Amino acid sequence: MLTLHCPYCGVDADETDLHGGGEAHLKREGPGSTDDDFEDYLFMRENPKGVHFERWRHAYGCGKWFLAARCTNTLQVFGTYPAQTPEPPQEIRDKISAARPGWSWGNLK
Amino acid sequence: MKRYSAFAIAKEAMRQHTGWDRAWAKRAPKKKYDAIIVGAGGHGLATAYYLGKNFGITNVAILEKGWLGGGNTGRNTTIIRSNYLQDPSAAIYEKSRSLYETMSQDLNYNVMFSPRGVIMLAQTQHEVRGYKRTAHANALQGVTTEWIEPARVKELCPIMNIDGPRYPVLGGLWQARGGTARHDAVAWGYARACSDMGMDVIQQCEVKAVRQANGKVVGVDTTQGPIDCDKLGMVVAGHSGVLAQMAGFRLPIESVALQALVSEPIKPCMDVVVMANTVHGYMSQSDKGEMVIGGGTDGYNNYTQRGSFHHIEETVRALVETFPMIARLKMLRQWGGIVDVTGDRSPILSKTPVEGVFVNCGWGTGGFKAIPGSGWAMAELMAKGQSPLTDEFSMFRFREGKFIDESVAAGVAH
Repeated sequence: MLTLHCPYCGVDADETDLHGGGEAHLKREGPGSTDDDFEDYLFMRENPKGVHFERWRHAYGCGKWFLAARCTNTLQVFGTYPAQTPEPPQEIRDKISAARPGWSWGNLK
Repeated sequence: MKRYSAFAIAKEAMRQHTGWDRAWAKRAPKKKYDAIIVGAGGHGLATAYYLGKNFGITNVAILEKGWLGGGNTGRNTTIIRSNYLQDPSAAIYEKSRSLYETMSQDLNYNVMFSPRGVIMLAQTQHEVRGYKRTAHANALQGVTTEWIEPARVKELCPIMNIDGPRYPVLGGLWQARGGTARHDAVAWGYARACSDMGMDVIQQCEVKAVRQANGKVVGVDTTQGPIDCDKLGMVVAGHSGVLAQMAGFRLPIESVALQALVSEPIKPCMDVVVMANTVHGYMSQSDKGEMVIGGGTDGYNNYTQRGSFHHIEETVRALVETFPMIARLKMLRQWGGIVDVTGDRSPILSKTPVEGVFVNCGWGTGGFKAIPGSGWAMAELMAKGQSPLTDEFSMFRFREGKFIDESVAAGVAH
């Protein structure tokens, strides 16, 4: 079972306590944006086989949203961090680089 | 190709079955093909088959990174139905279901299509209204389905408990001409027919890069070397995102795990397929006697072909109320497949931003039933650049807001 550490309440939460929320770090588009931007924001997804950043909610716990870095090919978890973080923290990116040299995700490396 | 027949079996029996040919030839890739299909699952092989059969394009290679039919084609619960709500869906799924009816004869390969009938149970008032609406829509689309009352449900499937305390059976949407087929045989039958037309089915050949020149595809690099092509069809289900990335575009899909399981074999007790979408479970009995059970998808992106145990537990727990007799059954095997799910739960059969590259994906949790229809439509799209069956299923429909919303009609179970 997938276990993720909730960065808010500090619990190592089982998958049954959590609710997945899809891709993280989507750039939210608003009025005046182009159709391309809206299409990217609403529908297009990285869907990588490998390193992925995604949203999770500690639904049957503290109820807070947080973000996780995880490998979709091995289910290895590289770390979790608060939802208010605009980009993955350097510490987690270093950890991913150590485990998956040359990784990329969208514009991130 | 030697035809399979009762006479051929009798003849071979006389000589210890030493005269059978290989079902399909094992070939090394050529330098160039008119068309390359990536993915030798049901959809990929069907696409190649109809390219040859309907359009005479036989200089075709079908590349498979694993073994033939080893992905979702070998991992599904083999349900065939076409009782969808929206017109474009009904058209392609009904085409598919009708092709299944004659597939064994067309391919000269017994795919064991069994039109035993499919009931989709209504267990809430919401579902009652939903399925009545679907029955009306199907009547207009020319798809034969009917709304049936609980007593008729019980008559069709006597092992069912129709007055459970939590989810009583309030009726069902009955498609008498739906059913099941032997999933591996569908892949093998198409592969044999493709090979017979001179196409190359190449296994253990993984595509590593898509080569382009001036925005047009010119070939692929594979683990068996570079291969050139004029047209490229990506038919790789869960791995569509990976292949799209090689070609330099993104798709509106996400890949998640969908699990299924079978019980120990028992005596025949259920001769229809039952889907219970409120509780996320569906069940049928295989010819071997195993109860074949499927449920909803796992909740996160996953390429491992494994799912979480608690999803299996949820599925079985939910079915026990409606099928009390399965409570004491031992489960024999459990497995997972990687399904590619779109936002509107409808597939993508489409041109792409790269000229000459076509994509067939997004069948999500319900691809098996669509194999022949999908192949038929995709072949037309690749050969002629347009097909009435695929017009509405473009990958660009999302930006235009032209969804084909089947998330209500299809529910969770597919």
